[in-house]
Amino acid sequence: MNIDWAHFTPWASLAGGILIGLAAAAFILMNGRVLGISGILGGLLPPRAGDAGWRIAFLLGVFSAPLLYGWLAPDGLLRAPRIDAGTGLLVAAGLLVGLGTRYGSGCTSGHGVCGLSRLSPRSLVATLCFMGAGFAVVYAVRHLL
Amino acid sequence: MQRIIEFLVGLLFGLGLLLSGMADPAKVLGFLDLFGSWDPSLAFVMAGAIAVGVFAFALAKRRTTSFFGDAMHLPKATQIDRRLVLGSLVFGAGWGLAGFCPGPALVSMASGEFKAAIFVAAMVVGMLMHGWAERLLARPAAAAR
Repeated sequence: MNIDWAHFTPWASLAGGILIGLAAAAFILMNGRVLGISGILGGLLPPRAGDAGWRIAFLLGVFSAPLLYGWLAPDGLLRAPRIDAGTGLLVAAGLLVGLGTRYGSGCTSGHGVCGLSRLSPRSLVATLCFMGAGFAVVYAVRHLL
Repeated sequence: MQRIIEFLVGLLFGLGLLLSGMADPAKVLGFLDLFGSWDPSLAFVMAGAIAVGVFAFALAKRRTTSFFGDAMHLPKATQIDRRLVLGSLVFGAGWGLAGFCPGPALVSMASGEFKAAIFVAAMVVGMLMHGWAERLLARPAAAAR
C-alpha cells in the first residue's frame, strides 16, 4: 500500500469530521432527528404535509454552506471540487446512489456517521457494504479496466 | 425557532463537508483507491465525526424527547436483510464511480458546479424510481390481502 502524502490532509479532515459530528449531535439532541441526507432528501419525494418544513430548512442550510465557507476559509483550504467523471458516468453514478441509498435506508451520513455513532449493527453492515463496494469499483476502474 | 436550528445544523454540516474534503470527488476517489496511491484523509473525517457523535447518541438513547420536547426519531429497524445489503452495495458502487455521496453532491451543486447538478438530478431520479418500484411491488400484495 502506498500512502499519497501529497494529498493527505489529516487536520482539515479531522476538523471537518468534528463539525459533521457536531451537526449530527445538535440534530438528534435538539430536534430528535437522525442526520441522514438521503433520508432527509428522499422524504421530500414527494413532500408530505407537516413533514416537509424541517427537511427544507435543513437543506437550505446545506445549500448556503459554500457561500459562508468562501468567506471564512483561508486560501489554503479553499478547493474547488475536482470532478473528473463525464456526463454519462455522472448520470449512472447518480442513479445508483439514489436507488441504493433509498433501498438500503441510508448513506454515508445516516449509516456511516450516525449509525456507527449509535453503535447500530445494521449500520455497521451497511457501512462495510458501501465502503467495500466503493473500494472494489475504484479498484476495477483504475487497476483492471 | 426550530426552523432556524435546522437551517444552522444544515449549514454546519455543509461547512464540515467542505473543510473535510468530502465535497471533492477526486479526494474521495483517492481514499477509495486503497490499492493505488492511497489518501487516508477521509478515515479522519469518520473518526472526528464519530468521536463526537458517539457521546451525543449515548445521551439521546437515554432521553425520550429532544431538548426542545420533540419526539426522538431514532431508527427502530434492527434487521440485517437483503434490502440493507443490496441497497448499500449499489450505493457504494455509485459512490466509487463518481466520488459523490448525497451530502457532498448537494454542497458541490450549491457551490455552482454544473457536473454536480447533473449527478444530483440523476440521484433524485434514482430516489423517485425507488419510490415507484416500492409502490408497484406493494400493489399486488395489497390486492391479495
